[in-house]
Amino acid sequence: MSPDLLKLIFGRLGLESLPLHEPIVVGTFVVVALGGATLLAGLTYFRLWGYLWREWFTTVDHKRIGIMYMILGIVMLLRGFADALMMRGQQMLAFGGSEGYLNAHHYDQVFTAHGVIMIFFVAMPLVTGLMNYVVPLQIGARDVSFPFLNNFSFWMTVGGAVLVMASLFIGEFARTGWLAYPPLSNIGYSPDVGVDYYIWALQVAGVGTTLSGINLICTIVKLRCPGMTMMKMPVFTWTSLCTNILIVASFPVLTVVLALLSLDRYVGTNFFTNDFGGSPMMYVNLIWIWGHPEVYILVLPAFGIFSEVTSTFSGKRLFGYTSMVYATVVITILSYLVWLHHFFTMGSGASVNSFFGITTMIISIPTGAKMFNWLFTMYRGRIRYELPMMWTIAFMLTFVLGGMTGVLLAVPPADFVLHNSLFLIAHFHNVIIGGVVFGAFAGINYWFPKAFGFKLDVFWGKLSFWFWVVGFYVAFMPLYVLGLMGVTRRLRVFDDPSLQIWFVIAAIGAFLVFLGILSMLMQFAVSLLKREQLKDVTGDPWDARTLEWATSSPPPDYNFAFTPVVHDNDAWWDMKKRGYQRPLTGFRPIHMPSSTGTGVILAGLATAMGFGLIWYIWWLAAASFLAMLAVGIGHTFNYHRDFDIPAEDVIRTEDARTKLLAGAK
Amino acid sequence: MSRLKILALLPLAAALSGCDYVVLAPAGDIAAQQRDLVIISTVLMLLIVVPVMALTVLFAWRYRQSNTSARYEPEWDHSTKLELVIWSAPLLIIVCLGALTWMGTHLLDPYRTLGRIKAEQAVDQSKAPLEVDVVALDWKWLFIYPDYGIATVNDLAAPVDRPIQFRITASSVMNSFYIPALAGQIYAMPGMETKLHAVVNHAGTYKGFSANYSGAGFSGMHFNFQGLDDKGFDAWIASAKSAGGSLGRAEYLQLEKPSQNEPVRRYGTIDSDLYRLILNMCVETGKMCQSEMMAIDAKGGRGHEGLNNTLPLTYDKYARRGTPLGPEPTFVAGTCTPDAPQGQTTASIKAPTDIAPLTGAGLKRPTFAPLKSSSFFLGQRPKSDS
Repeated sequence: MSPDLLKLIFGRLGLESLPLHEPIVVGTFVVVALGGATLLAGLTYFRLWGYLWREWFTTVDHKRIGIMYMILGIVMLLRGFADALMMRGQQMLAFGGSEGYLNAHHYDQVFTAHGVIMIFFVAMPLVTGLMNYVVPLQIGARDVSFPFLNNFSFWMTVGGAVLVMASLFIGEFARTGWLAYPPLSNIGYSPDVGVDYYIWALQVAGVGTTLSGINLICTIVKLRCPGMTMMKMPVFTWTSLCTNILIVASFPVLTVVLALLSLDRYVGTNFFTNDFGGSPMMYVNLIWIWGHPEVYILVLPAFGIFSEVTSTFSGKRLFGYTSMVYATVVITILSYLVWLHHFFTMGSGASVNSFFGITTMIISIPTGAKMFNWLFTMYRGRIRYELPMMWTIAFMLTFVLGGMTGVLLAVPPADFVLHNSLFLIAHFHNVIIGGVVFGAFAGINYWFPKAFGFKLDVFWGKLSFWFWVVGFYVAFMPLYVLGLMGVTRRLRVFDDPSLQIWFVIAAIGAFLVFLGILSMLMQFAVSLLKREQLKDVTGDPWDARTLEWATSSPPPDYNFAFTPVVHDNDAWWDMKKRGYQRPLTGFRPIHMPSSTGTGVILAGLATAMGFGLIWYIWWLAAASFLAMLAVGIGHTFNYHRDFDIPAEDVIRTEDARTKLLAGAK
Repeated sequence: MSRLKILALLPLAAALSGCDYVVLAPAGDIAAQQRDLVIISTVLMLLIVVPVMALTVLFAWRYRQSNTSARYEPEWDHSTKLELVIWSAPLLIIVCLGALTWMGTHLLDPYRTLGRIKAEQAVDQSKAPLEVDVVALDWKWLFIYPDYGIATVNDLAAPVDRPIQFRITASSVMNSFYIPALAGQIYAMPGMETKLHAVVNHAGTYKGFSANYSGAGFSGMHFNFQGLDDKGFDAWIASAKSAGGSLGRAEYLQLEKPSQNEPVRRYGTIDSDLYRLILNMCVETGKMCQSEMMAIDAKGGRGHEGLNNTLPLTYDKYARRGTPLGPEPTFVAGTCTPDAPQGQTTASIKAPTDIAPLTGAGLKRPTFAPLKSSSFFLGQRPKSDS
């Protein structure tokens, strides 16, 4: 075939784009392919495709979508963590003239992919998954406001993840660092597909995140059950509301800045080039105007989880509910006024730098207030040390350290000596692992029995907890130390042999965390096997306080047979105290949204379009785009959007629960 | 939990003595003041962090479920007094820290000329500071000493106790110029200039490097910074002078091509205009200097010629490959003149020297002289000694 025709069909994708000469990548591919093939064969053998498609892929049930988000987050955690282990291994070995085992081409992709995956495809899905699962239950709703949109958002996130994963085996990923600063990320210095993978993965996933944000805001504002005024909302719902407001207000900035970068890369504009007076500094500003709120997008829901967990396991009302809410709102607003602290060293004047330094410090006031509120919730409580509470205590001790180093970095002259150093790396892992990851794990252990009807195994849970917490300190305290020795981030090889010991310690820490992750997977497996022993029929295994515990575990499709009425911010606690009796009669048909495959198809087409644009396969991009329009318009003619669960089904479900509850007594 | 954490910290504490904590024990006055700020801020914050951690451990232990002797008040959820304390305690700390930040940031502004050599010694205003022009290249550092007419690659030296005035730029992508022993870092960016004022107080050899990832050769982008006594510095300059090589525009264009792990190089003579050309991205013949572009823009722009003659303004040099859908950079290949009505093709593309034909209709004919100091630049804030 003529080269022109090949180019028309395959764009710049060719056999040489497959990294066949890279033994590590080929090995990984073989493992992934074998694993994938086994999984697919298994699904086919057990005839699960139809079930998966009907009950999961096309579902609009917020609970199932939430669970799928969590699975996505955990799967991507394995990938992101594999990158982390590779980095720790490289930095441990590359001393005394050794080049380590990764060349620059690989190593630079690895640290970029690690950052992108951990933030966008691990932390975001975990947080979004928990919000998706819990928020409608906490506010006594049947589903989110736009159930189809929810399904679509999830699959767009998956689409982004698929593109990132594809870059491992087809072509390469960006070698720019996780925020892809130009001019390095511009076509002049990164002409290959790496940055294009980065752009389109984030754009596709970003659509999902933004829509999911709109959806959850609308849900919280409009679908609260009678009696639940704003100031009676559970704190997790409050933090979710603020997080989603942040998402809706900041993700468009990311979309625009990446769109401008892609215009630079595709049509030769000069927003961020050196040419024609383009300004890379503009990109740095814009990306952090998204990037800093993003940090709070991740951590606010975690704060919400800790609030729920602390009050539940202390057997006590949350101390200072009102100030907790105001603290959250203040953090939400302030998070937009601090972005410049990510680049004090870019040469702004002293007044600008001090303004942003001080606004940053001010955020620590509401955050500190929250910390005290949790403390005084524990005060005069009866603390039960179940797994979620253990994660919470670990969070409180770890997060204050990370917060302290964060405020330190907000002092511009201090930042001049610590910026981009391993001290900075230690700081943000300290807050993201100590805050977001511990929060997600507290949330998983807390709400797992709600989602599946049985608790998670405690032994493996504790093992995972200790490996994670100890591993975290062993892995990151050396990085603080290295930062004080002036060691900067993203280095591939080192000269000074005296540094090696610290990297060895850090690598041991990473290995401990790895054991923590394995223990967590074991915890899931063991719990599944022991599900009869760990079973909870009450729907309220923790003697908890908020509405999600008022229904069965797992909740029925419709969540609540009757919409609850709320009189107190600890609604379920209040109901229990007043001797609430579950209604046993008077069930009526329940109006519910229908499943649809449109979300999967649209997201698949969006991913194909991204792939086409990455590889300059213009026909694929154009065809996918047109197909998306067609499917989108076609979906407006879908009139089978809702149905009624017949009263008999509701009665059957509720009777079954009545029997279970009677059996439990 | 807390006990385990202390255990985890033990080996670190044991090894603390053997290492070079350059950020905590720098050799320059600026870095030392920055170190002080790090320590004061940390101590200030520990005032609140330590009690919080202690209370966490205390409450977690005291109010455990099995301790039935502890008070249990499940409905207690508000105390105005406590609320006042928990909001005002962090607030007070932040007020102190904020004041410290405001002062520290202004006093240690890298653009600010030095007022003192060290704590007890003011700057002697009669002596000129040492000027060094720093260029971050892919992937090495070029240092130009304009006063001495020499340049070096990956080798920097300065006399002890003499203020140094760095002017910093880059050739292609962002880097960060950082010598931890001397002073905090500042970004090096193409087409822009940042500044750093510092002084080294103790003789010795210190590490300098790029602290902002800049591509494949980033790890090898480091150099030694020597603090020398005056005699040693003169000898160092002399040895560079006698090294011979000369750095002109052609040699620079060769040098700026990407290369990794470059050895030290010295140039005994330099093109005295080179730094200005690098900063304005017009070392290559045919490129319009940014200062010219800005001056033209400030006077109304170039009219049609500015749309068509784009080649002098494309500065991304050795790597630019064009975009898949964008236009190729264009240049004016020929102009029609009364003498040559069919147009005259120029063999090589030159920056316009006479911009008289570029005057837009109805505009006043500009009087134009290339700017002496390029104070138009974003990175260069006009600075009074505040």
